[in-house]
Amino acid sequence: MTAQLDAHLAAERDGFTLDVRLRIAAGEVVALLGPNGAGKTTALRVLAGLHPLTAGHLTLDGADLDRPDRRMWTPPERRPVGVVFQDYLLFPHLSALDNVAFGPRRRGADKRAARARAQEWLDRVGLGDQARRRPRQLSGGQAQRVALARALAVDPALLLLDEPLAALDARTRLDTRAELQRHLGAHPGATLLVTHDPLDALVLADRLVIVEHGRVVQEGDAATVTARPRTDYVARLVGLNLHRGRADGHTVTVGELTLTTADTVHGDVFVAYPPAAVALHPSRPEGSPRNVWAATVTGVQRHGDNLRVQLAGPVEVAADVRPAAAAHLGLIPGRPVWAAVKAAETRAYPA
Amino acid sequence: MSRTVRRQRVPIALLVPAGLGLAFLVLPLAGLLLRAPWTTLPGRLTEPGVLTALRLSLVTATVATLLCVALGVPLAWLLARVEFPGRRLVRALVTVPLVLPPVVGGVALLLVFGRRGLIGSWLDETFGVTLPFTTAGVVLAEAFVAMPFLVIAVEGALRGADPRYEEAAATLGAGRFTTFTRVTLPLVAPGVAAGAVLCWARALGEFGATITFAGNYPGRTQTMPLAVYLALETDLQAAIVLSLILLTVSVVILAALRDKWVGST
Repeated sequence: MTAQLDAHLAAERDGFTLDVRLRIAAGEVVALLGPNGAGKTTALRVLAGLHPLTAGHLTLDGADLDRPDRRMWTPPERRPVGVVFQDYLLFPHLSALDNVAFGPRRRGADKRAARARAQEWLDRVGLGDQARRRPRQLSGGQAQRVALARALAVDPALLLLDEPLAALDARTRLDTRAELQRHLGAHPGATLLVTHDPLDALVLADRLVIVEHGRVVQEGDAATVTARPRTDYVARLVGLNLHRGRADGHTVTVGELTLTTADTVHGDVFVAYPPAAVALHPSRPEGSPRNVWAATVTGVQRHGDNLRVQLAGPVEVAADVRPAAAAHLGLIPGRPVWAAVKAAETRAYPA
Repeated sequence: MSRTVRRQRVPIALLVPAGLGLAFLVLPLAGLLLRAPWTTLPGRLTEPGVLTALRLSLVTATVATLLCVALGVPLAWLLARVEFPGRRLVRALVTVPLVLPPVVGGVALLLVFGRRGLIGSWLDETFGVTLPFTTAGVVLAEAFVAMPFLVIAVEGALRGADPRYEEAAATLGAGRFTTFTRVTLPLVAPGVAAGAVLCWARALGEFGATITFAGNYPGRTQTMPLAVYLALETDLQAAIVLSLILLTVSVVILAALRDKWVGST
């Protein structure tokens, strides 16, 4: 598969350095996932031409758009790029129809053709009967769909979405996410979705690219990323405990702790296991679990039907316990407990 | 829905000066109304000199405002949206006519646009155009003193408008000028309207720069404020009538425009 987008984005912003390589195939949806301040929005702005590249290159649909080494830069209005902004930025003085018609009109369509095209797109996102409304008369979900129609109406070779669901309430988000998935699936160009919500990324994207501090720390499909996180941020995102250590067969040394794993590995490795795999005991447990250590409770939070307990000790881990068990253990911060993890529930893989 | 009305306690130390301030602003206008020769008013209104001055005032103030909008809005955009060296200095220069005594402005205009002025002599030789002591000169004098009002109002509106709308327009294929006309200008239209109204009111009342630069020729450069001043020397009643007209025109137009565009309070 040839890449629709092939980019090496190097940029500076407020003393922050971005250095990210991205390749997206035609029809592929890639999620750029990362914590706040990781450089996701800067990457999006660079791709849209709203922020200059300091080095690297940007090739879209076979054409070089940006080559700082050759002093080449394409202004945003000449890029085949559509953007759905986080708060949509629908023009408040134009109707929904004219908002969507704005792009085709600027790209050479006459007024009638642009409006016909806009109407077509509004129909496609299910808002054909709202064409005359002003943005302030639309609900959040409707505004999001108009923004999507507006970005898609110019047939962009690259569609960029900046936290497209972040401004919506939980109920609307569910419906809009399903709707968005359908439209992204139908988009023939490349799509980059910027988000800090792992659920959006997992549902909407074919592939995940995770950035931290302006750099790619991990990329892959949803199954790989969720099963084998490579940074603490990703591990937290997918709800796993993660340690880095040195392995020799079935044993992994993590600091002072030695863990036994089911997988056979050697050298630098990651060990991951879910919080539910961590059992807590008031005293040192007898019997089967081989991975046992003394820990101290540092915090307790509600997590679904269970309680998530944060533990300090030789390694920092989270454990999920049932409320009844928590009451029995008397889990308050500062309480010493014994943590146990079965080898069968851990996963070890090369770092 | 019933709302509980809470008695607001106003400190006397603020209430007294506030009341005095209000009286100070309103009393002169009331005096004007009280002393007006109501019985002879209809006759005086139709005197040819009055209507001529009124028409000249309205026309010149309107043309001056259009000139200010045409030049001032792009200037405000430049100050609000483009980073260039010396921007602070330019912004300060724009506001100079605001604090400059209008007579000084008139003298300055004469030095530049006068028949022997820097640009005036060139205009005279090349095109045979003279500006001082003409109706065009009145427009120029009014625009000179009124433009800062427009620039300041529009620049404020531009700074308040979210520049990301302009980025959104750019990603949709709009160049900078198209973005300005299709997105920026509609977004700041209330600010432009407010600025234009202020600008027009200032132009309508212009006196010092006009009399210095354009003189006081009835029918050509004698606007209402000049007519009022002249009438004061000879016929107090006429001065009152002219003042009333000027007052009425300003209030009516300001009120009408305020409801339509400016009224957000």
